[in-house]
Amino acid sequence: MALDEFFVTGEPLIYAGMVSIALVSAAIIFLLTYFKRWGWLWREWLTTVDHKKIGIMYILSALVMLFRGGADALMMRMQLAFPSLEFLNAQHYNEIFTTHGTVMIIFMAMPFLIGLMNIIVPLQIGARDFAFPFVNALSFWSFFLGAMLFNISFVIGGSPDAGWTSYTPLAGAAMSPGPGQNFYLMGLQLSGIGTLATGINLMVTILKMRAPGMKLFHMPIFTWSTLVTCFIIVFAFPILTVALALLTIDRIFGSQFFTLTGEGLPMMWANLFWMWGHPEVYIVILPAFGIFSEVIATFAKKRLFGYSAMVWSMIIIALLSFIVWVHHFFTMGAGAFVNSVFSVSTMLIAVPTGVKIFNWLGTLYKSKIEFTVPMLWSLAFIPSFILGGVTGVMLGMAAADYQFHNSYFLVAHFHYVLIAGTVFACFAGLVYWYPKMFGHKMNERIGKWAFWLFLIGFHVCFFPQYFLGLDGMPRRLFVTNIAEWLPLNVISTVGAFGMGAGFAVFVFNIYYSYRYSEREKTGDAWGHGRTLEWSTTTPVPFYNFATVPYVDEIDPYVRMKEEGKTTFDEKKLKPIHMPSYTGQPIIMMGFLAFASFALIFEWIPLAIVGLLLAVGSMIYRSFDYDDGYYVPVDEIKRTERKARGL
Amino acid sequence: MAAEELKSGPLEYRSQEGRMGILGFWIFLGAEVVLFATLFATYAVLFGRTADAPAPSELFQSGVGMTLVMTFLLLTSSFTCGIAVHEMRKGNAKGLATWLIITLVLGLGFLGLEIYEFNHYVHEGATLPSSAYWSAFFVLAGTHGLHVTLGIGWAICLLIQLKQRGLTNVTSRKFFVVSLYWHFLDVIWIFIFTGIYLTGMVL
Repeated sequence: MALDEFFVTGEPLIYAGMVSIALVSAAIIFLLTYFKRWGWLWREWLTTVDHKKIGIMYILSALVMLFRGGADALMMRMQLAFPSLEFLNAQHYNEIFTTHGTVMIIFMAMPFLIGLMNIIVPLQIGARDFAFPFVNALSFWSFFLGAMLFNISFVIGGSPDAGWTSYTPLAGAAMSPGPGQNFYLMGLQLSGIGTLATGINLMVTILKMRAPGMKLFHMPIFTWSTLVTCFIIVFAFPILTVALALLTIDRIFGSQFFTLTGEGLPMMWANLFWMWGHPEVYIVILPAFGIFSEVIATFAKKRLFGYSAMVWSMIIIALLSFIVWVHHFFTMGAGAFVNSVFSVSTMLIAVPTGVKIFNWLGTLYKSKIEFTVPMLWSLAFIPSFILGGVTGVMLGMAAADYQFHNSYFLVAHFHYVLIAGTVFACFAGLVYWYPKMFGHKMNERIGKWAFWLFLIGFHVCFFPQYFLGLDGMPRRLFVTNIAEWLPLNVISTVGAFGMGAGFAVFVFNIYYSYRYSEREKTGDAWGHGRTLEWSTTTPVPFYNFATVPYVDEIDPYVRMKEEGKTTFDEKKLKPIHMPSYTGQPIIMMGFLAFASFALIFEWIPLAIVGLLLAVGSMIYRSFDYDDGYYVPVDEIKRTERKARGL
Repeated sequence: MAAEELKSGPLEYRSQEGRMGILGFWIFLGAEVVLFATLFATYAVLFGRTADAPAPSELFQSGVGMTLVMTFLLLTSSFTCGIAVHEMRKGNAKGLATWLIITLVLGLGFLGLEIYEFNHYVHEGATLPSSAYWSAFFVLAGTHGLHVTLGIGWAICLLIQLKQRGLTNVTSRKFFVVSLYWHFLDVIWIFIFTGIYLTGMVL
């Protein structure tokens, strides 16, 4: 392979990308060397199995991915507002909407939420770590390396360009030759392993490691949403694994699953993809519901209204999520009966979702609301999400969908649910739990600026798109030189840059707060914490709980505070068993990433070498009986006394 | 995490780690069920789409004797695997090793026949790229075969660990988990035998 086939050439924007990648990498290497931080990086972060640190790495990576996906979005909006500038050509535009969608769903939304789950769920249930800390590290590195693999495609080999849904036959070998589409397949496959493992890991953690006395219906609602989400992950992700594997075998080894020759069935891809893809939508929205529930209950200073209805509605949504997938392609022509069935099941989902909306309103009713930044995000979520939800019911009507299908009406709909739902929740959750993670709050004044910029930008960006859709503008269109579409497109682009500004302010706030925010002295940063995570000291010691409390009610920390109790009981201290840090996860996943990279370029012998190395490292792991270590009572006593000022 | 260690009951369930590991593996098997269900669904959808390649009924009818022997080998291996775990519960490391080795030999016999069978089909003109149907067949049966291969390699690693460390909470948990895996592959094979071979013979 010649070098100019390996690297992407001829596109000034991409050359700029290469230069910035080289500069940033050089800067990171220089800084790490200059401040002699390599050992620190390896010992404290790359080899960690601590759920709190892994969670922070997830969230950091997700923020970087949000930047990348956002940059893609702004480039698309530039092109659509000023089509005559020819900012992007057709090919480049295809690549960018593909990477935008994939990055935002797979490498931004999911890892952000999984990062929050990582940090918060064990703290909420009184556990000292995950059930399988080693596997947790493995999951993170599989996600991270999968994301890197996918992201490098735009400078090496060429980006995938068949949309984030990667429909066949377009995505097959005949119509998309070259490594681009393979980057999509292997990047998702690699990170999918980690997601599945996290699903199993969190499920066992929640089922087996709750504090004594804590029944399932005593769990905080965010933990509940995590448990339900993990159920969806375990039963939906294998479908994606198979779909990706079949398309990979089609492309590289010439099988005929989705081809037009050999009696393959291209539309089977759409079915398999959405049998995973629709549950995936709920994987990114249910934890968001959980976060909003926590935030709303905290700042309304009331117990969550209708706790059990909230839980059951999530369970019903999870079950329904598996039987609606055909609504993504009503126009495929499955016939009136099939479309009717899926139309009804789709609209049914609005019922449990409506229950949740009323429960949030019920929680807010007659309460003294404190308008903090996380609460603002949560309050903005309710009306914005309803706009997305109601248009979703419109799309769910099969007959009407023939008009809306693949138009900007659809684009506006799913951005309304995914941004107002998931992205608002990520911001709300990050700001809400920020003091627990870093020992200081984010600045409220700057946070409000970020919130208003982002919220207004969001509505200005996406509300006009409903009307563009009704005017007939199709999605994934690169030239919009139709005069009547232009004004709304320009407005939409203005809004998009507003969101960009909001994100920039948010990131600036991280820096500003690190420098100037007051450090937390108590564990209960907001003063109204209701659940166990607020009962820990700040910063949270690496073993989380010195003594595990007995819990037999919802919101146990409220009563603890009233009675002046803490979870700490010095008489009950025992040595704590903790897992050792290890470099095996990053190495194991490094080998798999190497194998995937080789497979992307169809260098089969190299791929086999990578695979054998990965298997070898798994065998090594099997023979490794490192059992962790015990933290002695003296050390716990010293740490706790210092943190609690005893 | 050093929760209560039980003093009685099966070794593998005595520690909290052991109980969590086994539950986690059950959930993983749930995910594996979905994986194979997707492959079976794909196979069912693509059934009959043989294009210019030979029809499955021709090949399966002449080879039914061999697939029957494969079924017999794998079902027996599940039985011997059960005896191995039974011996482990009695604390008999030697019995565990012996019966597990018998299990693996039967598994290897199954694999050998499957490779021979695949090779035979390829010579008859039914290959992975020859049609959608044969792609689905080779990937479904091949995924099962790959699982069996991994299971054999995994069990060999465990046998070495048994020799090094004897029966402990940890090794017994590992053996119990590999036995669950092995039985699971047996169940999948029953579906493959009836769903692919017997159905393919008559349709």
